[in-house]
Formats: sequence, C-alpha cells, structure tokens
Amino acid sequence: MLLGEENKVVFNYKGILSWVLDNIVTIIFVLFVLFGFMISKDIRMNYFLSELCDRLFRNSFLVLSLIIPVLAGLGLNFGIVIGAMCGQAAIALARYHGLGGMSGLLFCFVISFLLAVLCGYFTGKLYNKTRGQEMIAGLIAGFFANGVYQFIFLFMVGVIIKVPATHPLIMPNGIGVRMTVDLVPVENGGLKFALENMYKIPFVHALLVVALVALVILFIGYYLNKKRGEGYKNRPVSFGFNVLMCLLIASMAVYVMAAAPKLFGVSSNLNAIASNLNKESDLEAVKSELRAITSEISAIAANDDVIAPRLNAAVSDINDMIIPNLTPAKLNAVTSFIYATASDINTAAIVSSPNVMVSNFMQVRTVPVAVGLLIIGLCIFTSLIMRTKLGQDFRSVGQSQHIAEVSGINVDRTRIIATIISTVLAGWGQLIFIQSLGTLSTYSAHTQIGMFSVAALLVGGASTSRASVKNAIFGTILFNAMFIMSPTIGESLFGAAGLAEYFRTLMVYGVIGVALGLHVWKANKKNRIVVE
Amino acid sequence: MTDQANTSVLRLKSPGNIGIATLIIAAFWFTTLIGAYFTGISVQTLLSDTMKRAGMNGILVLAMVPAIQSGTGPNFALPVGIVCGLFALICAIEFNLTGALCLFVSIILSIPIAVIAGYAYGKLLNAVKGSEMTIATYTGFSITALMCLVWMMVPFTNEKIGWFLGEGLRETIQLGAVDAAFIINNFMAFKIGEIIIPTGLLLIFGFFSVLVWLFFDSKSGIAISAGGINPKFAQATGLNIDRNRILANILSTVLGAIGIIVYSQSFGYAQLYTAPLMMAFPAVAAVLIGGATASRANVLNVIIGVFLFQGLLTTALPVANEIFKGTDLSEVMRMIIQNGIILYALTQVKRGG
Repeated sequence: MLLGEENKVVFNYKGILSWVLDNIVTIIFVLFVLFGFMISKDIRMNYFLSELCDRLFRNSFLVLSLIIPVLAGLGLNFGIVIGAMCGQAAIALARYHGLGGMSGLLFCFVISFLLAVLCGYFTGKLYNKTRGQEMIAGLIAGFFANGVYQFIFLFMVGVIIKVPATHPLIMPNGIGVRMTVDLVPVENGGLKFALENMYKIPFVHALLVVALVALVILFIGYYLNKKRGEGYKNRPVSFGFNVLMCLLIASMAVYVMAAAPKLFGVSSNLNAIASNLNKESDLEAVKSELRAITSEISAIAANDDVIAPRLNAAVSDINDMIIPNLTPAKLNAVTSFIYATASDINTAAIVSSPNVMVSNFMQVRTVPVAVGLLIIGLCIFTSLIMRTKLGQDFRSVGQSQHIAEVSGINVDRTRIIATIISTVLAGWGQLIFIQSLGTLSTYSAHTQIGMFSVAALLVGGASTSRASVKNAIFGTILFNAMFIMSPTIGESLFGAAGLAEYFRTLMVYGVIGVALGLHVWKANKKNRIVVE
Repeated sequence: MTDQANTSVLRLKSPGNIGIATLIIAAFWFTTLIGAYFTGISVQTLLSDTMKRAGMNGILVLAMVPAIQSGTGPNFALPVGIVCGLFALICAIEFNLTGALCLFVSIILSIPIAVIAGYAYGKLLNAVKGSEMTIATYTGFSITALMCLVWMMVPFTNEKIGWFLGEGLRETIQLGAVDAAFIINNFMAFKIGEIIIPTGLLLIFGFFSVLVWLFFDSKSGIAISAGGINPKFAQATGLNIDRNRILANILSTVLGAIGIIVYSQSFGYAQLYTAPLMMAFPAVAAVLIGGATASRANVLNVIIGVFLFQGLLTTALPVANEIFKGTDLSEVMRMIIQNGIILYALTQVKRGG
C-alpha cells in the first residue's frame, strides 16, 4: 500500500510522461505500423489482412503460453523453445509412422504433452535453482536443449535408433532427419493443414462473429459489475468507445457482405470443389454441382453488361473443358483448370464490386475456425485458472516468494507447475504453427519461437511481472503487423528491401532489451524511493 | 554480514580453485586425445591447432574477468566490444593501410571507440542492477543487429571491403588481401617436431593476461573486486561502486575489441553482420570451464579454460568425424558443452539482494 502511495506522489505531476514511459514499446510499434501505412501506397489491404490473419492464428497460442510463468513470477519463459521442440518431435514421430488426420493430430497432442511435461519439470527444477536469473537461464536452457535435440535428430536417428534409409523423413545416407520435411496433405491422410482446413469461414463472417461476441461480453461484464455493486469499475467513456468500435466493425462486415457481388461466393465455391476433388469423389455429383454453378453465373451475366463477356467465357470453359474431362485419369489437370476458372471469376467479381473496400475484404483468405476456437479456449483457460486455488498460488508466489512460503504455499512446486503448463502449451502451440505452415523445418522452426513470442507479448504492453490475454492478442497483432510492413518501410526509409531483414531483427532484440531494461530500471527506482 | 564480507575479502587473494567441472572437461579432453591417437589422427597437428585456437580466443575470454570481478556477471554483451574492434579494423583497411601497420592502427583506433561504448554500457548496467546478465545478452544482440544496418550503410569505398556491385560491406573480409592475415601468428613462430608454436599469438595473449593480472593487483583493481564481492560492504568503506563497475566494463569492452582484431587476423577473415551475435557464449563457457564462477574469475581461470575448451573442440572435431562419418558432431557437442557449463554456473549463483 505504502508503495502505491509513494508512486502517486512521485509520478503524478508528470502523469503523461510516466504513461508514455510505461507503454513506450507499444507506442513505438503503433507509430511504426501507422507510418508504414502512410508511406506505402502499394501494400494492398487484402494482402495485409490475409497475412496478419494467418500469422495471428499461427502464433497466438505460443504467445499465450508465456502468460502463466509471468504471473507466477518466473518472468518471460524463454524456455518455451523446449516445449516447441517437444511439439516438433511429436510431429516427426507422426510423420515417421504415417499418421495423419484427426487421429494423427490427437497422437501429436498426446505425445507432445507427455514430452513437454517431462521437459517442463526439469526446466522448472532449473528455474528453482537459478532464482532471479530465470530469463537468462531459460535462454541458455533453450540453446542447450537445441544441442540435445540436434544430437538426437542428427545422430541418434539412424545410428542408435534404427530407421530405414528410404523413408522420406530420413536423410539419403540413412542417418539423421532431413532439414525440411514436407508434411503429407490432410486429404491424403497427413498432418498438413489438419487443423487449418477442418472448418473455414470467410474473413468477413469471422469479423462479424468476433465483433458480436465482443459486444455480448462487454454488456455481460457491465451488467455483472453493476449487479455485484462494483459499478465504479464501469467507466462510461471507455465502455461507450468499445461498444461503438464493435458496432462499427460489425456494421462494416454486414455492409461488405450485403454489397459484395454474389460472384465472390461462386468463386469460393469453385475453389472448394477443386480442393475437395480426389480419387474417391463422386464425379457425377461434382458435375451436377458445376452445372448448378454455371446457371448461377449465367444469371449474374444477364444483369451485368460490363463483366458479361468474362463470365460467358467462364461458363463455356466449365461446360466444354471441365465437365467432359472430369474423369479419374485427368483429375489433376481438371483441378488446376477449376482453380484457374475460379480466379477468373474472382477477377470479374472485383471489377463489379461497388468499391475498393468491399473487394479488398472479400479477397482476404478464409479463417481457420478450429484454430480460432483453440486459441479462444486457451484465453478462457488462462483467465479461469487464475481464479482457482492454483491460480491464486501463482499470483502470491509471483508477488512475493517469501510471503507465499510463510503462508503455507509450496513455492517450488507452484513454480514447477507453472513452468510445466507453459511448456505443454508451447508444445501444442508449435503443433498448430507447423501444421499451418505445412512443412517442418526440423532444425530451424523452433529457434526463433522464444524471441518472437516474447517480443510479441512485450509489444502488447506486458512486462516481466504483468501480462494478460489482452496483452498477448494485441501484441501478436501489432508485432506481426510490423513484420508485414517492415520490407516496405525498409525500402522507403533506406532504399533497400534487403535491409528490412536486419531491421526486423533489430526491432525484435531491441524490443526485448528496451522493455526488460525499462522494467528493471523502474523497479530499482521504486525500491530506492521506498528505501529513502 | 560483516564476517561474511571479511572472509570474502580474504579469499580474494587465493588462487583460482579448480572445480569438478574443470576436471571433467580435462578428463574428457585427454580421452579424445587418446582416441585421436588410436584413430590415427596426428596428435601434433591437434596440439598445434589447440594452441592456435587458444591464442586466437584468449583475449576475448580475458574480457570476462573484469566484468565478472566487478559483480556484473559474465560479459554477455561481448558483441559490443567485438563490433567496436571490427569497426576499427574496417576503418584501418579503408585508409588503405596494410600489414602490421593495419593491425596496429586498428588496435589503437579501437580503444577510444570501445571506451565510449563501454562507458555507455556500464551506465546501462548500473541502471538495471539485479538483471545484468539478461539485459547484457539483449544489449549484445541489439548492437549486433544495429551494426548490421551500419555495415549495410557506411559509405566506405575501398573495394577490398565492399561488394563489387551494390552498396554495403561484404559478409567476410579477407585480411590476406591487405597482408594482415596471420601476422601475429607467424611472428617468431617455430616448430618442435611437428608442433607449430604460434609465438606471437601466445606472447600477445600472455601480455594482455599479465596486464589484467597486474591491474587486479593494483589499488583500483582490488577496489573493483571488493565491490563485486560485497557491494554494500564496499560502499560502506567508501568505494564508488557504480564508478568501478563502469571502469570494469570499459576494460572488458576494450579487451573484447582488441580480442576480435587478434581473432580475425588469426582466422584470416573479418566476419561482419550476424557473426558476432553468439560470440559471447563460447567465451563465457571457456572462463567457466577454467574454474571461474559467475561472480569470481581470475586470469588463471582464463588460461586453463581457453586451452581446455578450445583443445576439446579442436580434438573432438576430427575424432567425431572419424567415428560418425560425414556428419558435424563437434558443432552439436560445442552447443551442449558450452551451454551446459553456463547453465551449471547459473545454478551456482547466489540470489542477489
């Protein structure tokens, strides 16, 4: 309590300055991205949103896995790299045994869980022995584990663990796992996009759903606060602002959906047909689907003179080239032809769009619902676990190990549990990451995970002792926006896109350095004030 | 409290105690040497290479001593010193200097640059007491990334350091092109049987070792060590801890800068861009293998550590290649040993106040 009062006295007269200092990393990133939008005219909205959306779904889980150790006072767990390696080991094992689809995914999640519990336990033990230096210990432990991982994957496989040299996972000389392993597509019973392709919806639909759900949550929160007699927590201004934002996004999504030409739907239907086409498909059913689509296109062509020639060409393509050739022997050629036709129709749809915004939004890639649900589930889990006894233990240990110990909490055990949870989640996060990429870069996919995730969390406004789901999601969005923008900014600032790579690296390291440095500096300053 | 401090100060003068880790690594090295003998690899060549690589890395490892003694922990921000040294070297080549003069000028030039950088770095470390090692690591990483931009953008025109086409400096710069490669190595080098003794390299490593040893026997050196052992006690006796920590880190940064110049001439190339990123870790591991801890180190630790660590790496490479044909086991082994020893040292750190 005393600490808080001291703070107020010291910082009040320069409140804005201290606010800026508190959020300096976030502010820099927001300005950076805005600057990027200002100077770059050629970065298209649909490209930006597609990339951002992909990256958000790919990385959020990993970033979220960092929160619990922060709350338990372990700082930023650079050791999630170890969890990521467990995830990759599970994927390699599944690939080796040719597992895929739903059962393969389940296998990966279980194996990754078991490995990560074991590794997390030892990491937790290590953190207990390196109290106060957990972050550097985690970083070095990641390097160390990487050495062990490489030893197993490069030398033990083939020499000690006998494997057939002809397996596509194994190097041609029979020793070690290949550098890049292409996962088998999920249609052929593999893991590639196994979660990603489970259920996809158009971007605007996802936008609408998210906005509406956020709106509902806002109102429930408002109502609950009032009911509990904690009405002072409801700040009308920010509540109103949030509601307004949600309504704005929702109405924008509705507008885009209403104004978008039907052709976008036709084109995505065609794409869906092409992607589902395989040897087991019922070709007669596909043919009748295609005929239905042609009549739909013809109907649209009759009402729009500008794009009618294109559409008629597409119709004749489908009638003359695709349907007659739809035989098992020519499947591959026909599939690519359907894709080409779909993109023709897409172009026509863009031409007939009422404005740029609509066509941009309609071109954003579809959203993987299954991954989204997992991420939301983790967000809820993280919030809920902090309300349990265990979560309260995390918090008390995080605030003061000494007081927690005195009040009967087993501090060492609590810290180990926090580390295990984080490692397990990181392993699962890496599973999501790899299946979304579709290829396993055996020796490099995990190395940057720790740095990037930590940087993303810090960009979201977290610190070594404070982090929330909000920080993680916001940070992931902002950090990845920077990643997408930086080539453009590099080009216009320094005149060379090649610099962007270095610039990006500098941003990552700089963010972590500045955020950690500022945090320690402020903590030291606070201590000094209290002492004096 | 006072008792503890007194015993610590007394221990200051005792020689580096050889720990169990050192003995294990030494035993491992001898095993690989014997293995080398039996697999028919020339042991003389291995010993020559060991000496060359120890001399090459020696000063970089020596840079750990002041930082550790002052209480800021191993200098994980060694890249700060390294980029200063590299910048000085590049400047010397840009001035069209060649041969020994090029090296001499770059060493002289690197000192003021490193002093300024070391001062700033020391100031930073004083602001973040308690988390020096983590912050130092990220300072080193950030500086390396920042210098990548600098290497791309410096308007140097000498064709020996720039690309033939386009802007920016090359990734690796041949020192042979300016006759600056192996000068120190070859100075007064002689052979005993098949073993080549790089006299100049060992002499310069010895020279800097003696300098550091003398410094830590001087008044300000002892003041730095005392501040590292027990800052509160040292402050009570009227020492300026913050100033001493800055002084120690300036010294460390300067040693890092000189170290990379000696390293580069022995390697034959100056490596720019991301090369310095991970260079701190082998140096930290070497001093720890020599028996230092994260809070105590001396010159003896450096000498033992650098010979053992580099010896092990030199010997392990051909032996491992002989056993696991067509693979590069030694790199993996380096990662495991290097990071394992750092982790071990971290578990021995007593929690700071």
